[in-house]
Amino acid sequence: MTKLVPVLSAHWDEKDSFTIEAYTRHGGYQAAKKALAMEPDAVIQLVKDSGLRGRGGAGFPTGMKWGFIPQGDNKDHYLVVNADESEPGTCKDTPLLMANPHVLIEGCIIAAYAIRAKYAFIYIRGEVTHVVRRVNQAIEDAYKAGHLGNGVEIVLHVGAGAYICGEETALLDSLEGFRGQPRLRPPFPAIAGLYAMPTVVNNVESIASVPAIITNGAQWYQSMGTEKSKGTTLYSLSGHVKNPGQFEAPLGITLRELLELAGGIREGHRLKFWTPGGSSTPIFTDAHLDIPLDYEGVAAAGSMLGTKALQIFDETTSVIRAVLRWTEFYKHESCGKCTPCREGTWWLVQILRDLDAGIGTEEDLNKLLDICDNIAGRSFCALADGAVSPIISSLKYFRQEYLDQLANKGPLFDPVASTLFVAASA
Amino acid sequence: MTTTTDRPTTEIVDLITVIIDGFEVSVPKGTLVIRAAEKLGIQIPRFCDHPLLDPVGACRQCLVEIEINGRAFPKPQASCTIPVEPGMIVKTQLSSTIADKAQKGVMELLLINHPLDCPVCDKGGECPLQNQAMSSGRSESRFEGVKRRFEKPINISSQVLLDRERCVLCARCTRFSDQIAGDPFITLNERGALQQVGIYEKQPFKSYFSGNTVQICPVGALTGASYRFRARPFDLVSTPSACEHCASGCDMRTDVRRGKTLRRLAGDDASVNEEWNCDKGRWAFKYVTAIDRLTHPLVRNELGELVQASWPEAIAAAAKGLTANTSAVLVGGRVTHEDAYGYSKFARVALGTNDIDFRSRISSHEEREFLAARVVGSTATYRDIDRADHVLLVGFEPEEESPIVFLRLNKQVRKRALKVTAIASKLSIGVEKLKGEFIKTSPGQEAVAIAAAALTSKSIILVGERACESPGALTAVGALADATGAKLAWIPRRAGERGAIEAGAIGNLLPGGRPVHDDVARMDIQAFWGLDSLPSEIGRSADEIFEAVQTGAVTGLIVGGVDPLDGDKSGFALDALDKAFVVSLEIAPSEVTRRADVVLPVAAITEKTGSYLNWEGRPRSFDAAVADSLNRSDLRILSMIAAEMGADLNLGTVTAAAREIASLSPWNGARAEMSPVAPTIAPLLNGDEFIITSWRRLLDLGTLQKGEENLAGTARQTVAVISPKRAESLGVLTGDLLEISNAQGSVKLSALIEEIHDDAIWAPRNSQGAQLLVDLGVAHGAVVKVVKL
Repeated sequence: MTKLVPVLSAHWDEKDSFTIEAYTRHGGYQAAKKALAMEPDAVIQLVKDSGLRGRGGAGFPTGMKWGFIPQGDNKDHYLVVNADESEPGTCKDTPLLMANPHVLIEGCIIAAYAIRAKYAFIYIRGEVTHVVRRVNQAIEDAYKAGHLGNGVEIVLHVGAGAYICGEETALLDSLEGFRGQPRLRPPFPAIAGLYAMPTVVNNVESIASVPAIITNGAQWYQSMGTEKSKGTTLYSLSGHVKNPGQFEAPLGITLRELLELAGGIREGHRLKFWTPGGSSTPIFTDAHLDIPLDYEGVAAAGSMLGTKALQIFDETTSVIRAVLRWTEFYKHESCGKCTPCREGTWWLVQILRDLDAGIGTEEDLNKLLDICDNIAGRSFCALADGAVSPIISSLKYFRQEYLDQLANKGPLFDPVASTLFVAASA
Repeated sequence: MTTTTDRPTTEIVDLITVIIDGFEVSVPKGTLVIRAAEKLGIQIPRFCDHPLLDPVGACRQCLVEIEINGRAFPKPQASCTIPVEPGMIVKTQLSSTIADKAQKGVMELLLINHPLDCPVCDKGGECPLQNQAMSSGRSESRFEGVKRRFEKPINISSQVLLDRERCVLCARCTRFSDQIAGDPFITLNERGALQQVGIYEKQPFKSYFSGNTVQICPVGALTGASYRFRARPFDLVSTPSACEHCASGCDMRTDVRRGKTLRRLAGDDASVNEEWNCDKGRWAFKYVTAIDRLTHPLVRNELGELVQASWPEAIAAAAKGLTANTSAVLVGGRVTHEDAYGYSKFARVALGTNDIDFRSRISSHEEREFLAARVVGSTATYRDIDRADHVLLVGFEPEEESPIVFLRLNKQVRKRALKVTAIASKLSIGVEKLKGEFIKTSPGQEAVAIAAAALTSKSIILVGERACESPGALTAVGALADATGAKLAWIPRRAGERGAIEAGAIGNLLPGGRPVHDDVARMDIQAFWGLDSLPSEIGRSADEIFEAVQTGAVTGLIVGGVDPLDGDKSGFALDALDKAFVVSLEIAPSEVTRRADVVLPVAAITEKTGSYLNWEGRPRSFDAAVADSLNRSDLRILSMIAAEMGADLNLGTVTAAAREIASLSPWNGARAEMSPVAPTIAPLLNGDEFIITSWRRLLDLGTLQKGEENLAGTARQTVAVISPKRAESLGVLTGDLLEISNAQGSVKLSALIEEIHDDAIWAPRNSQGAQLLVDLGVAHGAVVKVVKL
């Protein structure tokens, strides 16, 4: 029995799915028409009622976020779409925008109408030029078709390649032309965001989910998912699975079920550890196969649903090596604004490099954990919290592997064994 | 370490009571937790926090535990970013192990990439990082890795050096430059641990306030080029002092080692300079220790040569000459209030004359009457700028001529969009930064624009000393103040001018604002000084004194702190100095001492006690920073000459003078009246004729900046500014060489095309390559010829 419920991804398998013709063929831009005939507040209420929660990682109720925008304040309001998808393992917005950019544009029209914004900004990370081209074309087509330009304008902005710009206030700084570094809150973006005006910052998937909710109603959306995590979402499986990719299913599906859909772990291997929501969420092991993958279920098991980016690692992988790679990423991406993140990631990489080489003692593991404790919750934004998550969780589940590696005074795993090309040639 | 002081406040404020480490404290709404803790004497360690900068929360050193009405924050919070709230309970490192561990953790992280080169670092011994590492850090580092390294140091300007590996990236310097100085020329570049303070290649860090970044740097990352490696803080003797460079009135600290001033820092005075000063005040002090300082009295012998003499000999020669001649007094605008009082009393008591003028610069009769009618005893303050609804600038460029006034204006512009209007011929960088309205006038025609200004009773007019260069301008300013009820403040450039006015070092005023022509006023001072009579004629102005030397009406001069090249009649002045019997009180050889008959060396500011009155009339007193100087104050020497002349000044010491000044009751009688002066008619100009206008830049060829090469390195470029329209008609492009000339001479400058009145050409008054008063003998309002070379 398939668990797949394709809503966002319903027509991704059609060759021309990204064109305005295909989108219109499947009823595209009807939701916008319907929404624009409603009162803006009714649109907000509908989204509130649907139970849609932010798909960027934190899971904040989308309708409530829209409701925070003060109305009748004689100020410009802005909608900003966060398409700076940069987390290791996270790969849902990129395929979504490649396969169906118009659903985001329609979502923008509806969301901007609801919060009384004339401008919507789409901030796309700079590395994905193919996505930028595709969205640009879609915007152009939407203007030509008259969907845009009649009350809502969309501005596409390309980032310069910084993970931190996925943090909403850093994104706003970057959008304004400054170096992307997180801003002090309060004021929150809903009060003083882009150009100090009330601003909603939403993830691509959140906004793209809106047209279907408008079309099918809150009840329909409510009927999917679990008690507090409603609707369907994109789960991205990558790594040591047979058929990696995006799987759209109601919230609350388990990894066991998803692995079935993805054809299981690669041949002849077994699951060792995995991330539920990208590299900044604490890792899980094969003991967590039946955790319901919704906001509450994952949190109860000690991690976060995040961006539902499930990176799967089999038993050939050195957990220390994987954690080192992630930590190197966070060191490279730390913006430098605050001490714990800037200096902490610098130090963590050096310690992990030693551990990866089998240098050190058990005392170094305690030191590593203590440094993580001095970083987590002490930094300016959540980047550093994410940076220490894999370290702390790997030590929680795989402390013995660290000790074995130290006893071995060298790596226990052949890095080549974990590569996919080895499996292919074997 | 920077801590706050309680700001004087008269507004009624809402108080919020919070509990910090078990102690209750009530603070005004909006107070940050870190400040509330300070009020209890609880010092939370911090780096990025600065009470005068916007909170940033970057260093994370000040983490504390906070709960509000029983709900605790899940994580430790940065106490520098969170305002107090009712029901808040705060636990700092003193009562919370979590806060303590968080702080120790951050400190350890701050130090992993720090070179720990304290033994060779300028900041060692006075370093917040060093101090707080001792109070809030671990005794041993657990870091065994590789530290970040950078090439060091790099010059971010000729004055400021950056050692990037020492930097803790608190962003105080960049925030200061942006928020306070309005010069965002430095910024943080790169990211992660490679983040660093950087400059923009095309726009150098030429800020008049850059020295403050060195002072507020909480580590040794930013150092001053002229102080680097010169001293250790614990070898310095620090003395509270006041700045002698302008009339802003900065509180300062002078640091001396073995009799030599090594550096000066901004002092902390919330009502004047807050915690800032300008680079001139900070870095121009070598003139005091210049090798050419006068050390012995000199007397001109029969052969006409100046030769060394003993003090009794020199004093006797001075007294004899002054008695034998009809003598007048010229005192510059840089002497202290007490010294100015000494000169004022000396003129009346020893010489029996009102021929005294402190205005060793361009001046006018209109100005003298304005000073007596409007300025003496006036009470406008910085606080009035804080409260004003509109500030009108007349003949005054605050950034160049009184930088702390500029900072105060900038603060109010940033905080509450204070409206600033400038009446001038050229739009200045400073007025642009203040987002000021620019009322363009032809040089000399300011009076018309002043009369048309729309002010209210909550406005303030800041009028500079250059207003006297436009006939009728000061008359118009007075009329505008009367018509609108706006406050009026006169802001001179020199530190001693306001004090000199109050001391009566001018021909129409006796001490305390008493008009010379007023019988009661004279009787007051007569009784106060124990004299039988005082001269009742209004004395000559400086220009009239020089004229009188030519006619023989005056034959003797006693001159203190005057540069004859500062006026527009310098040839006249030098000629007079040649002709007359001259007694010169000076610190170093000058155009005056060369022409003097008796030269008496006096103490420089760091060698004596005294006070200035800043533009507000606020006393700025200071102690001798160099303890054992043998140099005497002007006052002491004047007393000695007077005694030799048989007159007793009773002013043996600065303390005695200060006491005498303080015991003089204020003048309650009528102020002198001002006779209105009509504006002159604008001249008709030929195609190649312009009207010159200029002002002195903060950093220029000023005598007190002599020998400060690093400081001079950040001076603004010398240019001649003309309007786009005139440039077009003359075929001039930016960068073309222009020759400005008149009957006296010429000067060649590179052209800059900018916002300026079509009639006008602007050039700096006394900068490298453009000394207008020497080269042309004019500085404002005169017609000059301009040729493209």
